[in-house]
Amino acid sequence: MADWEVVIGLEIHAQLATRSKIFSGAATAYGASPNSQASLVDLAYPGVLPVLNAEAVRMAVKFGLAIGAQIATRSIFARKNYFYPDLPKGYQISQYEEPVVQRGSLAIVLDDGTVKTVGITRAHLEEDAGKSLHEGLANASGIDLNRAGTPLLEIVSEPDMRSAKEAVAYMKKVHTLVRYLEICDGNMQEGSFRCDANVSVRPRGQPKFGTRAEIKNLNSFRFVEKAIGYEVSRQIDIIESGGKVIQETRLYDSDKHETRSMRSKEEANDYRYFPDPDLLPLEIEADFIAAVRATLPELPDEKAARFAAEFGLSAYDAGVLSASRELGAYFEAVVAAVGAANAKLAANWVMGELSSALNRDGVEIGSAKVTPTALAGLLARILDDTISGKIAKDVFEALWTEGGDADAIIAAKGLKQITDGGAIEAVIAAVMAANPKQLADYRAGKDKLFGFFVGQVMKATQGKANPAQLNELLKQKLGSEPGP
Amino acid sequence: MLHDLSIGALADLLNERKISSVELTRHFLARIERYDPVLNTLITATGDRALLEAADADRRLRRGESGPLLGIPLIHKDIFCTDGVRTSCGSRMLDNFVAPYDATVVARLRAAGGVMLGKANMDEFAMGSSNETSYYGPVKNPWDTSKVPGGSSGGSAAATAARLAPYATGTDTGGSIRQPAALTGVTGIKPTYGRVSRYGIVAFASSLDQAGVFARSAADAATVLQAMAGFDERDSTSVDVSVPDYRAALEQPLAGLKIGLLAEFFEGLEARNGALIEAALAVFRSLGAKTVDVSLPHLPLSVPTYYVVAPAECSSNLSRFDGVRFGYRCAEPKDLMDLYKRSRGEGFGAEVKRRIMTGTYVLSAGYFDAYYLQAQKARQLITDEFRAAFTGVDLLLGPTTPTPAFALGAKVDDPITMYLNDIYTIGANLAGLPGLSMPCGFIDGLPMGLQLIGPHFSEARVLNAAHQFQQATDWHMQTPQGYA
Repeated sequence: MADWEVVIGLEIHAQLATRSKIFSGAATAYGASPNSQASLVDLAYPGVLPVLNAEAVRMAVKFGLAIGAQIATRSIFARKNYFYPDLPKGYQISQYEEPVVQRGSLAIVLDDGTVKTVGITRAHLEEDAGKSLHEGLANASGIDLNRAGTPLLEIVSEPDMRSAKEAVAYMKKVHTLVRYLEICDGNMQEGSFRCDANVSVRPRGQPKFGTRAEIKNLNSFRFVEKAIGYEVSRQIDIIESGGKVIQETRLYDSDKHETRSMRSKEEANDYRYFPDPDLLPLEIEADFIAAVRATLPELPDEKAARFAAEFGLSAYDAGVLSASRELGAYFEAVVAAVGAANAKLAANWVMGELSSALNRDGVEIGSAKVTPTALAGLLARILDDTISGKIAKDVFEALWTEGGDADAIIAAKGLKQITDGGAIEAVIAAVMAANPKQLADYRAGKDKLFGFFVGQVMKATQGKANPAQLNELLKQKLGSEPGP
Repeated sequence: MLHDLSIGALADLLNERKISSVELTRHFLARIERYDPVLNTLITATGDRALLEAADADRRLRRGESGPLLGIPLIHKDIFCTDGVRTSCGSRMLDNFVAPYDATVVARLRAAGGVMLGKANMDEFAMGSSNETSYYGPVKNPWDTSKVPGGSSGGSAAATAARLAPYATGTDTGGSIRQPAALTGVTGIKPTYGRVSRYGIVAFASSLDQAGVFARSAADAATVLQAMAGFDERDSTSVDVSVPDYRAALEQPLAGLKIGLLAEFFEGLEARNGALIEAALAVFRSLGAKTVDVSLPHLPLSVPTYYVVAPAECSSNLSRFDGVRFGYRCAEPKDLMDLYKRSRGEGFGAEVKRRIMTGTYVLSAGYFDAYYLQAQKARQLITDEFRAAFTGVDLLLGPTTPTPAFALGAKVDDPITMYLNDIYTIGANLAGLPGLSMPCGFIDGLPMGLQLIGPHFSEARVLNAAHQFQQATDWHMQTPQGYA
């Protein structure tokens, strides 16, 4: 079998989080009753004209600056002409030859830890279409134009990805970034963030790209991975059995996990792009760009680098903790309370207990009952030996479900660690007395039984014995000659 | 008689309460009732509504309000959307269309106290030079009812000429105000592109369309344009340049005015037409103007350039008429494609289809560069040559049309000859310049027009020159026989 190289480029559509549409004053909120958010402009009434939403431009520029791209000082809106009932004007206003964002890049981290730079050819502003509704209507289709005119940023990558995993890593990176920048809510179920994947294969070493297929409208990371995976094996199968891949647009069926042909290159529309005469060229001045630059938050990579440097975290931990602005802020609030010296402990808890509870219960970090202050309070009790790490997990669960603070829970449940050596010794003595056989075996050389004794003491103290002290004392007692 | 009075004189009578707006409106409604059955200038008469508007204007007058257009009747070309009154655009496609909003021009004239008598007949979607492409039948020229009134604003022009209203609105994409003004013996001005808002005008060719006025004198046109002009945030191509006082500029003497004579306008000009222009030039010289010979070598490319640009834009602009949301829908469509094909096939007339097909062709892959792009280059050359010419002259002067009004039906089957009717007017549209046509004599008993073209935003100067000419001549005072 030949050694195949996979080549992938993504076109990501990010719905910009403006309050009104890109060319009309209608609202963009999701889920309103059909056509209640469609103005005369969105309905393409005779005589109406588009007026560009400055906020959409600001967001596009913000993205461009965040990926180190060039912001075009002059860009052009063009009409993409085709007939479809959910496209009221019979054309989509988009940017074609001169997009607002040109030539940027993003770095992704591969599984083996190496960093790869993915080129971003362009990002352009365009309007979304409406929706055709075919269900629940006898012999007819419904048109909902609420989505028509919603601003989109189409982010087009270079064909730089070499596996489905890389494609997903890149898409996640963009997803993180647009939410950081607060230009897109990233909601994939509602279609606010979706992508088309251009996929081809070629024998490794061949300079020329193979013929690509474009898979439309992938709206989850899992679908991207599955669809690309399917598409790659489909193309390899075709070539290995002597066939040729044809250039076409394909749809991904998420039930069957396969792609199927939508239209071939020959059937493709001739969109007859031309500059939209209703809109002047978009001219962006240096002042505007500077003002947008001033609003840029600390970007994910910058935050991760700072976490690593300031707190001595591994690259992996720093990456996880900077994956969203909210998570990063939470972590920093905990560290601020427990001190930078204990950042690793804070990182472990945020990435461990907290993250798994968030995932398990589907809770947003902002609405978790365990506030950064509460978590810091809990960590403080670990650090001052009031409770053990194990008990701390129980306290965390209580905080998670009930809220409140760690001290109150520790007090209420009597979870305070036993650090009184005498008390621990007494329990050890009782355990030794109750288990003479194990004691004899241990002393005969069965060292493994040490754990058994730790367990018994912990059981008797409901886990409250200070583990370090217990270890120390147990070693002494077990090692000494039979007691009186 | 009331219908012979200027807008200024009518405003005086109204402001002095010598007549009421209701009386004035009844007077013009009576004339419409008498003459329009033959002339066919109106697609929709709005007599009842006009009387209500007139009564409202009278209330405003009684409250002491005054204004140059308050209480004065007008006719709107049926391309302007009027809230609650059908806007057909001369097409079967919009025969049932009632806009839910007013065009900016309509709103401004309404606010100024204008009383709308009706909506004027026009070539279908403003595509035509004879008013014969209207779904509602041709308009007759009041000077000779076997002749066309010109187009596309034929109804507005003929109604003004026949004194059915003191003034009428029009739009001019390639000469659609100036050519019919010339052929019906009235004064018509097309302002600078961007001077008057296009919001609410059913779009034909967005980069060329501009609204203007038909009146019986330059002074009246100045009064109306004053109310129409100005920046509109709903039209991104309207220009935020302050509107000068057009009326105040009318009396400026012409001493020192430099009039450019375009070689390309005089080459091959019919002798009697040339003699009229010469006579007019003598008047201007007597008023102190100087003439300078100028040349725009690429001006002869105007007509072919226009017939690429305008159809290209119209093919896209008219895509919204798809039978889905408003306008004509074919009976019992079988499926979506059938709905599109038959709704558009049955709803549009032959000339509109011809232009949609031409426009679709010139924007298609493989032809775009040869036609659309080439036309844009030619347009730029023509614009640059005009700009250069205006460094040496204040205004350009020439004929408006090659011939007087031609017979109904004479050119219907010969689109090229029909298109050549606009040979002198198209240049101003391509360059976005203001142009005015006013009567300058007769050929075979039919009125002829003289055209003035100025630099961008020079409406005040154009109107001033026309007014001074009209103070020295009485061509604009001539009334077609039978309409006294």
